Amino acid sequence: MKEKYWRKNIFYLRILLTIWFICSFGFGILLAENLNQFYLGGFPLGFWFAQQGSIYMFVILIFIYVYLMNKLDKKHNLKE
Amino acid sequence: MDAQFWTYLLVGVTFSLYIGIAIWTRAQSTKEFYVASGGIHPVLNGMATAADWMSAASFISMAGIISFLGYGGSQYLMGWTGGYVLLALCLAPYLRKFGKFTVPDFIGERYYSKNARTIALICAIFVSFTYVVGQMKGVGVAFSRFLEIPYDLGVIIGIGIVFFYAVLGGMKGITYTQVAQYCVLIFAFTVPAIFISLQATGNPIPQIGFGSKTTDGVYLLEKLNQLSVDLGFEKYTDINQTTLINVFFITAALMFGTAGLPHVIVRFFTVPKVRDARISAGWALLFISFLYTTAPAVAAFAKVNLINTVSNAQYSEVPQWFKNWENTGLLQFDDKNADGIIQYVADEEVNELTIDRDIMVLANPEIANLPPWVIGLIVAGGLAAALSTAAGLLLVISTSISHDLLKKNINPNISEKGELWAARISIAVAVVAAGLAGLNPPGFVAEVVALAFGLAASSFFPAIILGIFDKRMNKEGALSGMIVGVVFTTIYIFYFKPQLGGSGLPKDYLFGISPEGIGTIGMIINFIVSLVVSRLTRPTPENIRDLVESIRYPK
Repeated sequence: MKEKYWRKNIFYLRILLTIWFICSFGFGILLAENLNQFYLGGFPLGFWFAQQGSIYMFVILIFIYVYLMNKLDKKHNLKE
Repeated sequence: MDAQFWTYLLVGVTFSLYIGIAIWTRAQSTKEFYVASGGIHPVLNGMATAADWMSAASFISMAGIISFLGYGGSQYLMGWTGGYVLLALCLAPYLRKFGKFTVPDFIGERYYSKNARTIALICAIFVSFTYVVGQMKGVGVAFSRFLEIPYDLGVIIGIGIVFFYAVLGGMKGITYTQVAQYCVLIFAFTVPAIFISLQATGNPIPQIGFGSKTTDGVYLLEKLNQLSVDLGFEKYTDINQTTLINVFFITAALMFGTAGLPHVIVRFFTVPKVRDARISAGWALLFISFLYTTAPAVAAFAKVNLINTVSNAQYSEVPQWFKNWENTGLLQFDDKNADGIIQYVADEEVNELTIDRDIMVLANPEIANLPPWVIGLIVAGGLAAALSTAAGLLLVISTSISHDLLKKNINPNISEKGELWAARISIAVAVVAAGLAGLNPPGFVAEVVALAFGLAASSFFPAIILGIFDKRMNKEGALSGMIVGVVFTTIYIFYFKPQLGGSGLPKDYLFGISPEGIGTIGMIINFIVSLVVSRLTRPTPENIRDLVESIRYPK
């Protein structure tokens, strides 16, 4: 039971941290030059990811994790 | 009513508020003093964490730095927010489940070693102390510039306030004052930004206005790129490929450093449950993001306003604020070709205007012609940012001494009452020491902050992560990893920072990584050494495996 809970947790971590890396180090830094050809309103896209988008994604990722873990806690009948 | 009046009024009102809160929230036990009894609501803890985290540097200096670096400033924006994802996912819930008071507590118990605890507590004190001196300097500067109070007296007033609520209330008092300070600082930062965004683009939301068209129909960023090119600078939004590797490593060092800073981690010991620790990190980052997504907008607006106002202007006709800031030395005009016109260009030989970066936030309301009360608001906000961070750091120093050193390492039989007194006395001593250092700040304070992040990333972060995620990690592995990581990072930073007496030249950087980003490499080395050594030495004892098992799984 505990084993299953922990494995599921690690599974969520892998996915969410991959997205975390892609949005910041990927879109915001390594690929930013290429993305700058595209525009979001007046923002070159790579620039937008580096100064706005990545931060929004960070907030969203944490709340997704909270949602997933609260559901998992409930399934395993954990109260804390 | 002028700006001076408003500044006195707003600073007076906010300071009385902090003192009022301190009297209302006195701490009665060590548990209240160290972790506010673990009874703080997650939303309030989120606000307190945000205030704890955002220092004078975030409030005053960051937008200015971005203003001058353009895209290059992104490393601070991503670096100082991305660490919260790591905190929420990989650290906070498990450390809350562990349920003790400090980071050295965790390191000491998980690695069943007094030596590990001692190394951790030395790192915690060093990191926190260098940081707190910078805050004291910020307080002194804010007072001396805006209230015409001497710098020294400003620092003493700042110490007095922090002393009062930190010694009296410990973590409990600090938490509730930080909640109030968050409200003050975020209001103070966003109000001028909204005004400026409206003026420039007609859109009240700075995050959107920043990507909108200005009144003449051109996109703001396009205009800024054009202005920059005209003056010989790089385009504001362009990415400099030669420094990209550095942006990458600095961002990473700041992120992993954030997740390893003791004064941030300790905030997650103050909430009631494991699930509260997770959501609380979410609230903290949400509250932080309000400032961090506004700052780049302020940076761009301020840069356009500044260039439009001063570039090629007649010196005799510049607005009053220009003269005011010249008196402080933050703006310097040197009419090299004696034509009476201000040439602000990239070429050092021709450029006649020297601008201190801090001015982009401090003088922003005046440059944009905002009402005088906005200036008072900025000062109150800057002070809130500096004081809240200072208090959180001082608490880490005091718990490290009274709890980790005195109670755990020297005299385990000390009574509850005795420990509470020791905590109060050590925070009092820490406040006074920080103040004294703030009165005579060593010139290298700013440089040492790079060291603080590097050390946090290369010492605490791997030790904590491995302590949670790798059951096989033992005392030998973690200790050797921490020592090698810290020693490598420290030597590199001292060697390549001329301000710290180093003789290294940028051309000799390892893979082109500057000292600010080297913590990332230190961290990787720590991970490798820890893993290798732990596999070659004795396995972890049974009771430690049970401990790791228990922190992974909430009740």
